[in-house]
Amino acid sequence: MIEARDLTKHFPLRRGLFARVEGAVRAVDGVSFTIDSGRTLGVVGESGCGKSTTAKLILKLEEPTGGEIRFDGQPLAGLGAEELRRYRRSVQAVFQDPFASLNPRMRVGQIVAEPLVTNEILDGAKVRKRVAQLLDLVGLPERAADLFPHEFSGGQRQRIAIARALALSPRLVVLDEPVSALDVSIRAQILNLLTDLQRDLGLAYLFIAHDLAAVAHMSHTIAVMYLGKIVEYGPAKTIASEPRHPYTQALFAAALPAHPDETREEIILTGEVPSPVNPPGGCRFHPRCPHVFGRCSVEVPLLRGAHGREVACHLYDGVR
Amino acid sequence: MSDRPLLELDHLSTHYVTARGTRIVRAVDEVSLTLRAGETLGIVGESGSGKTTLALSILRLLPPAAHIVGGALRFDGEDLLAKSPAQMRHIRGKRIAMILQDPMASLNPLFTVGDQVAEPVRVHEGVGRRRAWSRARSLLADVRIPVPDQRLREFPHQMSGGMRQRIVGAIAISCEPRILIADEPTTSLDVTIQAQYLKLLRDLQREHGLALIFITHNLGIVARMCDTVAVMYAGRVIESGPVRRIFNAPAHPYTQALIESIPRLGAGPTRLTAIDGQPPDLAVLPAGCSFQPRCTRAIERCRHEAPPAIEVAPGHPARCWLADQSKR
Repeated sequence: MIEARDLTKHFPLRRGLFARVEGAVRAVDGVSFTIDSGRTLGVVGESGCGKSTTAKLILKLEEPTGGEIRFDGQPLAGLGAEELRRYRRSVQAVFQDPFASLNPRMRVGQIVAEPLVTNEILDGAKVRKRVAQLLDLVGLPERAADLFPHEFSGGQRQRIAIARALALSPRLVVLDEPVSALDVSIRAQILNLLTDLQRDLGLAYLFIAHDLAAVAHMSHTIAVMYLGKIVEYGPAKTIASEPRHPYTQALFAAALPAHPDETREEIILTGEVPSPVNPPGGCRFHPRCPHVFGRCSVEVPLLRGAHGREVACHLYDGVR
Repeated sequence: MSDRPLLELDHLSTHYVTARGTRIVRAVDEVSLTLRAGETLGIVGESGSGKTTLALSILRLLPPAAHIVGGALRFDGEDLLAKSPAQMRHIRGKRIAMILQDPMASLNPLFTVGDQVAEPVRVHEGVGRRRAWSRARSLLADVRIPVPDQRLREFPHQMSGGMRQRIVGAIAISCEPRILIADEPTTSLDVTIQAQYLKLLRDLQREHGLALIFITHNLGIVARMCDTVAVMYAGRVIESGPVRRIFNAPAHPYTQALIESIPRLGAGPTRLTAIDGQPPDLAVLPAGCSFQPRCTRAIERCRHEAPPAIEVAPGHPARCWLADQSKR
């Protein structure tokens, strides 16, 4: 349904009196993926890896500096105004902090109805009916429509944000850390709700989170990003059970266990993620990689098929 | 190692009282816990469960509206509740230290890292500036900061989040405390940096014989780091005991649900066990057991009578009526 090809976003770095462009932040650098209807693509990576910029590009909140996004086979760049509106309606978002994403001065009914009012010509009764239907869909009572956001807890607010995202019957919902601001006992409620909605409405999700277990739980496909590039891409199960890229391995080894008996191989990476302004040459992970060898600092590894997924690592050259 | 616990909380209660005394918030209610030297205790709970107030009660660093209204607090055989503010200042930072969640908020942006790491040594041990700085240098090396000589002269904003949190760690261990309380120390850090930091804390614990208290909402941290765990709900410790035992045989329905609600890596797309409803408001607690409105196994008794701590096994109390006549 949606396809990103060689998607690139460089933010210019300006300096000095005349704001001369001196270099660029290479936030997203040649990223390709596809998301099908009813499926979830999980994007994992640490801060600065470009996962939020990728989400913004998909939402058309940022324009790519290179590459393209195709929606139902059509490149977005070639769409007319009317088709572009159709695209924007089809792609909605739910953000991390439901305390920041809902206007405190609007009643819940207005919040959920807003996309309908701005995008569709419906009379008041129809809007109210649709709002009640949406609230029911996310498990809130109809009378919630008359209340203000502050009267709800974090989990319920996230339900309101989900109802608003669903108002225009989108086909893809971008979920940017949808549960990380919520209490532990509430997270499972929201994750289960998202799973049910996907099953019932055939939604596609772009799921971004730093909690690896949650991403692995929700996703069909996982893309692991490091410094603006996808280093590993493939079926969620395959990657979660047997990560191949040294960075993915370290990331999953660092994930906290769900049980004290769950022991993992200890891979402690040294150093920190370098700046995306001057990313290391060759493989961007090579300065921290425990398996680094000569070629890594010289040659950029390409994303290639190996062991049932795609890996960008010289260790797997010649492996099918 | 002696049998006497290093830190002992006995039915400790801390309440917040509003200005006119109209509302009482029981943030910490009848909490009993023990911590032995060199041991790691995890205190888990959701926001508003009272875990941070509990940590601040141990240090007697409570805001003006909060009062310790009952119970006992003993550290190394001494009664902490009987100490004067001046005596407490000698204990805080020297014998009991604390690491907070946000390193940027605990470091002063106007002073160099060296000044800040050296400060507790100068204050508590009366060491001169020059010697305190050389101590600071070795402390930075202890927390694995490369090129400590250069970093000492830099300011907090020149460092990454992970490095700042390690500096906060260096300040915390500077006077060789017996207990280190870490309040959500890694929530603002990335996954691989979190792993580095947890390993560092474990190494420091081993090298300095520290007892650690982890305040966290993350059961994963407990599973990886702790020997014993206390689960808090609505101001009370509803279950505590050895970590393995609690994970394998949780007695309280809240603990059980919490453990089942976290997704497991490699478990596949099984449905998560969600806990319905939300945590209660501490000022208007439900009658009986606080968890009862959300509990799937509540019985009549739970609705009007709060359960006491019942020993399910030695060293494993749970506040649940079901733990009483349970099948164990």
